[in-house]
Amino acid sequence: MTKTLVTAPDATPVLECENAVKELGQGAGLVVALNGVSIKLVPGELTLLMGPSGSGKTTLLSILGCIMQPTSGTLKIAGQTVAGLSAEELAKIRRDHIGFIFQSYNLFPTLNAIENVRIALDVRGITGFTATSRAEDVLRDVGLGHRLTNYPGNLSGGEQQRVAVARAIASSPSIVLADEPTAALDSENGHAVMALLSRIAKEQKRSVLAVTHDPRTLGYADRVVRIEDGKIVGEERRPEGLNAPEITDLTKRRKLHA
Amino acid sequence: MILTLAIRNLLHDRVRLAVTLIGILFSIVLVAVQLGLYLGASRMITSNIDHADADLFLTTFGAKSFEDGGLLLTDRERHQALATPGVQSVVPILVMFAEWRKPAGGSTRVVVIGSDFEDKGLVPWALEQGTLEDIKSPDAVAVDKSYLEELGISGIGDSAQAAMGRVKVRALTQGVRSFTQSPYAYTTLNRARQLFGAEADRSTFFLIKLVPGADLKTVKADLSSRLESAEALTKEEFRDRSLVQWLFRTGAGIALIGGALLGSLVGTVIVAQTLYSSTKDHIHEFATLRALGSSASYIHKVILAQAGVSAVCGYLLGMSIALIIVYVSQGSALPLVMTPNLAFWLFALTVAMCAISALSAIFKVTKIDPATVFSR
Repeated sequence: MTKTLVTAPDATPVLECENAVKELGQGAGLVVALNGVSIKLVPGELTLLMGPSGSGKTTLLSILGCIMQPTSGTLKIAGQTVAGLSAEELAKIRRDHIGFIFQSYNLFPTLNAIENVRIALDVRGITGFTATSRAEDVLRDVGLGHRLTNYPGNLSGGEQQRVAVARAIASSPSIVLADEPTAALDSENGHAVMALLSRIAKEQKRSVLAVTHDPRTLGYADRVVRIEDGKIVGEERRPEGLNAPEITDLTKRRKLHA
Repeated sequence: MILTLAIRNLLHDRVRLAVTLIGILFSIVLVAVQLGLYLGASRMITSNIDHADADLFLTTFGAKSFEDGGLLLTDRERHQALATPGVQSVVPILVMFAEWRKPAGGSTRVVVIGSDFEDKGLVPWALEQGTLEDIKSPDAVAVDKSYLEELGISGIGDSAQAAMGRVKVRALTQGVRSFTQSPYAYTTLNRARQLFGAEADRSTFFLIKLVPGADLKTVKADLSSRLESAEALTKEEFRDRSLVQWLFRTGAGIALIGGALLGSLVGTVIVAQTLYSSTKDHIHEFATLRALGSSASYIHKVILAQAGVSAVCGYLLGMSIALIIVYVSQGSALPLVMTPNLAFWLFALTVAMCAISALSAIFKVTKIDPATVFSR
């Protein structure tokens, strides 16, 4: 079994996944979606998880986001072991530590921008003026101060994804997980969203992991983790002092295989 | 946010919301009408018992209702009752069906009620025209004005033949209707006895008042042991017996209650169907909520809030229509009754109906896999 440990050298990880295996189906239809994956996420870093379709990216994201349990292996979020927890206990970990950004935004079409952010706070027990105030602040922070009361149907794709980013970070989670955050966006909006995620990682010291196969996103990564056939096959880290676009060239030269 | 999301989900598909509200409205109106009829019928059946100033009713053994006493009680039972410790007064009344021959020909049946009003046992109430003194005049009767046409008369001063004698309408009541649809004709005890050719000591019931502080159960038991051919019933017992006779032995009450149950069932099914399909339509949003970390109970509350909002809106619409029907029915043979209690219980029923309806939707969201958020 191949195992590659990917982590930043000198940081305390908020998420530690060790040797995760995920089997889907059973009998003749058994598929090993993840085969001994280990990964750690540290604060202040934007990590890209890249790989071809069917490589296990989304399965890994589901496990790291406590939406799915691994068949074997361990996962620790903020020091707490996740194995064996009930669905409600997993939901609590998501509430307390994780913010999600989805490929197709998953906004509530019947709620406006503020309400879409507020509902993520509401499920965490943050209500009333505090919730409204925080929702407004975070929407302004992602550049949507002028779109507070707009419904998703009246927002562009880029704006909708920024609302989704605001919703993900409104409760100040230590981990932000993004599933193909730029897939549905044009180039300009894709860059804007990635810049935003990079800023969230840097300024707010969060661990941001984005699943993507969009090469435009490479320039914003502090680290790129590659996955193929359910195994991590390589990692590139942007050297200190290297400008964002340079990592794109770097990854072309230094693809590592486990 | 739970209520906001619930309302927005409901308003998102207005056609479905309209179907839901119509379902609840239909259900509420149906249940309100059925129970309103039941209450109206109950009030009619027990109206004389309710208005009688009595702690106990002494009836012939096995009397099934207020109209079913016969003329079997005599002064012997009256004196035995008066001799019972704790009894203050024993007021005789007579209740008998009689043939009413209309002045212009034809006949109908009436229930003659003979009572001496100065005894304050059973006094005609809701007098609209005429006085109690008028009813004491020779041959006088009081009938309800809503039955004038059926009785073949036009009002006060008209005469007719009742049982074996002539009667003259001297007073009119308003809203004193009879469940049997045989109008009540109130007269004095003696005149009633004359109409039926009954002996001077014959009565249908005795209305018994107890001395202040006397124990009802003790006196009732004492009366039962003293009187072999009669039985003592409390007001509640006599009411229940009359209701059982007219509402359940005839099947009328069962039909009304059955209609109410059917209404509730139809409403529950319609609301359940619409809530379920609404939940199914919003399943990805609920999955997103779950992925965001919401507890299962948070999502259940959203669905229950949808059901609750539907219940309140449906109830208000349904009650508005039910109240109009109640108002319109007041001139009918069987007026509907709506009481604050019934209105409250209808609301409770609506909420319960919608909550039960929400179960199928809740069952649906219980199976949500939050991982589906990645597959959209």
